[in-house]
Amino acid sequence: MILHRRKLLTAGAGLMGTALLGGCDKFAGTERGQRTLQVGEDANQYVQRLLMSPTTLAREFPTSMISPWFKPNGTIDPPDRAFRSLVAKTFSDFKLTVDGLVQTPLSLSLADLRALPARTQITRHDCVEGWSCIGQWSGVPLADVLKKAGLKPQARYAVFHCADTLEVEAGPKGGGKGRGQGASLWRPTHPGAVREAYVQLAAADDWGGPATATDAPKDDWGQGDAAPEPEPVGTPIRYYESIDLYDAFNPQTILAYDLNGKPLPVSNGAPLRLRVERQLGYKQAKYVMRVEMVESLAGIGQGSGGYWEDRGYEWYAGI
Amino acid sequence: MAASPALEAPETVDRQGRRWFYRHPLVIRLAHWINAAVLLVLLMSGLQIFNAHPALYWGATSTFDTPALAITSDQGRDGTNRGVVTIGSHTLDTTGVLGLSEEGGTEVERAFPGWATLPANQDLATGRRWHFLFAWLLVINGAVYLLYGLVSGQLRRRLIPDGDQIRHLGGSVKEHLLLRFPEGTEAKRYNAIQKLTYLVLVLGLLPAMVLAGLAMSPGVDAAWPWLTELFGGRQSARSIHFIAAGLIVLFVVVHVLLVIVSGLVNNMRGMITGWFSLGRDRESAR
Repeated sequence: MILHRRKLLTAGAGLMGTALLGGCDKFAGTERGQRTLQVGEDANQYVQRLLMSPTTLAREFPTSMISPWFKPNGTIDPPDRAFRSLVAKTFSDFKLTVDGLVQTPLSLSLADLRALPARTQITRHDCVEGWSCIGQWSGVPLADVLKKAGLKPQARYAVFHCADTLEVEAGPKGGGKGRGQGASLWRPTHPGAVREAYVQLAAADDWGGPATATDAPKDDWGQGDAAPEPEPVGTPIRYYESIDLYDAFNPQTILAYDLNGKPLPVSNGAPLRLRVERQLGYKQAKYVMRVEMVESLAGIGQGSGGYWEDRGYEWYAGI
Repeated sequence: MAASPALEAPETVDRQGRRWFYRHPLVIRLAHWINAAVLLVLLMSGLQIFNAHPALYWGATSTFDTPALAITSDQGRDGTNRGVVTIGSHTLDTTGVLGLSEEGGTEVERAFPGWATLPANQDLATGRRWHFLFAWLLVINGAVYLLYGLVSGQLRRRLIPDGDQIRHLGGSVKEHLLLRFPEGTEAKRYNAIQKLTYLVLVLGLLPAMVLAGLAMSPGVDAAWPWLTELFGGRQSARSIHFIAAGLIVLFVVVHVLLVIVSGLVNNMRGMITGWFSLGRDRESAR
């Protein structure tokens, strides 16, 4: 009797263990599984926003705590031709576009942005991978830029369009088939893997490769009237991110052009990088070219609000 | 107050003369098994998250060149790849398990091997989803357990050593080390070592785990800067979170071993049905 029960218990425990571990990955692979798992992160956003107000600031640190090296992650040297030509002229041709649901679309040069009142803050950058660096950021509060443009009443999100290609989709440009569903030539799995992806990219014959300074600028960000060149292979997917007005109007949310008192290096996102200090590193979009105000994130990328968000990461990155 | 609150638990004697007592109320049993499953998922998804940056630091930020602990891989002198754990200035070859392991016959460079992580493959985004959902379950389950434990008096009965237990602490340690387990009426209560261990786990380690986890969140840090400061900075909080996970694993290993050697069937029956056998009624036959 006891022996029988013992066997039953052991078998039951073994079965449960196998079912749990094997079944977990299967469960997470289904859409319903993903939605169930997301409940935890939805709760994170809800509770965190109960704990703070729109103007709650992230901690600021003394100068003595600034990290000697601010680890560049994700894209560190965009191979995109248009970006290379901006770099070649030390961003003197750079214009930030502010458009979408605004009263007055703006086109601002770096000099224009530097002429606006600046904010400097020493904050900790927390990567989703787990590491942290402290840096001093100077830039123009996003709120000031948005007030200058004037929001239309429907505007709910600020979307940041960036210069760096992270992924090249197979197939003709605008094909749109199987976005992010394994159709890409290569795809990083987390921010730290982007560098490896670039090595593969550089090795690909049909990619234009990093352009030289003499290459003509290309219109990628809705400025100028140059017609886009045909892309050598597929469609480039450039980085994009978004935040809501709750974070957009926080005093610490800035478009930073200086890091540690010097112009932002390319590896850290020159010429302009978003700082949203209450969230993780992947929200801090680098190489920001355009701020688009939208009502819904449905039309952005695959609809989750950002490059990494469309690849399974949370839109709310407060934890 | 009764001399020993444990005596309040229902007790019965079956036809074979065996004494039974109702050791674990339903809420405690449910909380125990939910906790076991939740901790397993948290551990495995936690190792997945750790793998995204397999190094630990102390303080607010990462000192990338001098981690307190790192699990990496490198090339040995003979040209073969090996897994390496670095703690301070000491290195350990951990090929096959940590840093470098095999998956389907091929060498993979990853800190914790696929069989230990959730999901099995490298997937930080899904690992985080598992981790946060189950962190909520841990907190809710823990809150129910604590609330019930406080109101019913079970918490005090289970976790706080009685006066005589404290006076005989030395003897209790010796009994424990000799794997001599109490029988009869004395088996109705946990011994002093058990109580203190559960006390440290329930009111120390598990809450510290949750708080250290929260201290890593930039959102929580903005709302409650004192919490991250309490742990000595975000990277310290991450290291403490990792160390606490190790201590919980250690607890579970010792716990399971002791469950086995002190009577697997009786213990399991107790935690599944609630009823625990105190053995033949020698005391009344005496």
